[in-house]
Amino acid sequence: MASMAQAIRMALHYGETKLGVTDIFGEDVGPPLGGVFTATQGLKTTWNSPLDERGIIGAAVGLASTGSRCVAEIQFCDYIYNTIDLLKLAGNMCWASNGQWNFPMTVMTPVGSGIRGSIYHSHSFDATMTHIPGWKIVMPSSPIDAYGLMIACLKDPNPTMFLKPKALLRVRGDELIPGEPENEKELRDRIDAPLGDRSKWKARWPEGLTDYTVEIGKGKIQREGEHVTIVTYGRTLPLAVQAADQLKSENISVEVIDMRTLWPYDWEMISSSIRKTRRVIFLNEDTEVTNFGEHLVRRTVEELFYDLEARPRLLAGAFTPGIGLADPLEMASAPQLNHIIEMAREVANERA
Amino acid sequence: MKTQVKPSSGGKHLTNVKFKLAQEQLIKIHDLMLTTRMLEERMIKMYKQNEGYFWLGGPGEEAFNIPLGLQGHVGEGLDYDFWHLHYRSSGILLSMGAEQIDFIRQMKNTVTDPFSGGRNFCNHSSIRKWNVLPITSTIETQFATAIGSGIAHKRHGGKGITVVNGGDAGTAEGEFASCLIWSSRPEQKLPMLIIVTNNEYGISTPASTQHGETHIADRAKAFNIEAKVINGNDVEESWFAIKEAMEYVRTERKPYFIESRVSRLYGHSSASGANFQPNEVDPVVIFEQKLEAAGVLSRKEMDELREKKAADLLEMQKQVREEPMPDPSTIYDYTYFGQKGKYW
Repeated sequence: MASMAQAIRMALHYGETKLGVTDIFGEDVGPPLGGVFTATQGLKTTWNSPLDERGIIGAAVGLASTGSRCVAEIQFCDYIYNTIDLLKLAGNMCWASNGQWNFPMTVMTPVGSGIRGSIYHSHSFDATMTHIPGWKIVMPSSPIDAYGLMIACLKDPNPTMFLKPKALLRVRGDELIPGEPENEKELRDRIDAPLGDRSKWKARWPEGLTDYTVEIGKGKIQREGEHVTIVTYGRTLPLAVQAADQLKSENISVEVIDMRTLWPYDWEMISSSIRKTRRVIFLNEDTEVTNFGEHLVRRTVEELFYDLEARPRLLAGAFTPGIGLADPLEMASAPQLNHIIEMAREVANERA
Repeated sequence: MKTQVKPSSGGKHLTNVKFKLAQEQLIKIHDLMLTTRMLEERMIKMYKQNEGYFWLGGPGEEAFNIPLGLQGHVGEGLDYDFWHLHYRSSGILLSMGAEQIDFIRQMKNTVTDPFSGGRNFCNHSSIRKWNVLPITSTIETQFATAIGSGIAHKRHGGKGITVVNGGDAGTAEGEFASCLIWSSRPEQKLPMLIIVTNNEYGISTPASTQHGETHIADRAKAFNIEAKVINGNDVEESWFAIKEAMEYVRTERKPYFIESRVSRLYGHSSASGANFQPNEVDPVVIFEQKLEAAGVLSRKEMDELREKKAADLLEMQKQVREEPMPDPSTIYDYTYFGQKGKYW
């Protein structure tokens, strides 16, 4: 099975051969490296940019203004903050021009903890990004969804933000992407750049890749359950699934929703699940104060208050200036499996 | 308020004035300079009459902006120029064919405002059919977005170029440096005309108190970009400098930088009172004196033209006064392309 990095690579290949993608660029995105997480190896429209995030986002906006469909990468979301002005601009120019202009551009950036990245390689960006209107924001938790969401982004006429959970980029999926070779080694041999001299290497892309698309705005129920709903995305999704599986032995049945799209999000799926289980935890790893999950808690309270049997909860990252490098610091700063199990147990057992 | 005629270099006693441009072109430029100046003055009046919330614009830049707009290749798509402009650009757009009344509409924030539907300040134009990107208040972001159309123009070939302009104060922002770096990368030089209209102020702050460089153009030279400092208050100097620069960018497919020294006749904006600044050189006055001295137009003809334009603008203001405001139900429209109503 493909890793998420390979899935993104294959979707970008499909994009540049079938969907009109003209430019995939950013720091170290082109050869020889093909991205610090290898997500852009072997592609034909990649190129390296100056070390200038504002220039990267500005270039993407300008390319998109000409109808050139582009994918820009910010190497780590920790370094995207100096582009907020331009992200706001990309998100407001359709509105500000009363619908004249549109900007078909995708920005992708690795987010979150999980690789012991310390202060400037562990940031999350979902809380900040969901404060910027005019964008569609996705975040996969599996390779097949990464493929399908990237295809959806590449077809969208609006700015799209593709958040890559960096802890999951090398994790292999359990579902074949349509057109993906069944043999993992064959896939590696075809599309992973070799170590050493790559100057003559060319990817041999699987021929059967398809238009497989995960619709923006649609979540996915990853585990069905009856007693408590966990709504999450990205790195914490597989942890929530593990928690659900472990809590079965305690006769606690957990429903796990993978939001997949943060904006605009699948409220129909979320609210239906909450009406069913009457108990909900919103789970993500961004810092907890003015967290995107707080918005979801607010909406739950306002719209579903009388359906609830327990207080809605937010389980999120500690509100610290950064994630400390040492293992005990990182584990205490971002939600881990034990935190999720404890909170799910607590919510499931709270007296109505 | 009236454009004030004040003595300037040479004054109306000029002799032996000779133009290189054809008489017909001179008359057209003069007409557009007046069209621009009087529009700005009408909008300032609207602001002072409480018929608009805020005025900002570029009276004092006409001698440069009209030659710039007239020499652009105007149209949609990469065969034509892309324009990443700041909010002192009405003269450029009027020269490209924009209508005065549309600026009045934006000033009055009516729903008929074709640039933003009543959503943005005056002079925040947006004209997709001419590749004019939405002008924004962020001062310098256009220097970053211009990189992208520059890349697309480079790939597309032909004669279309990317034009970006901004003020002197904004060159302190990072995007200005981005523009110089990205447009001059070895083997990837971009067909961009990069312009700074230097009026020596950022709102109330003199550039001399914040900038140590001798000329802003020197920064472009450091990246091996062809660069020139010109007197942007002189029509013909502007015309031929722009002509030379555009020909270079269109054919060489490389960047060119112009630092245009201009006046700021009504301060920065409403924020600084929007009052006439008598110590600034007025390029319209200078040009009219030259036109008169050269026998191209008489004072009487120019006065009559001014009166007619003033009357026309007053009528436009009256007309726009009757046009509807945006409907509150539309606040979510076009958050996404083609979308109307609340989307979530």
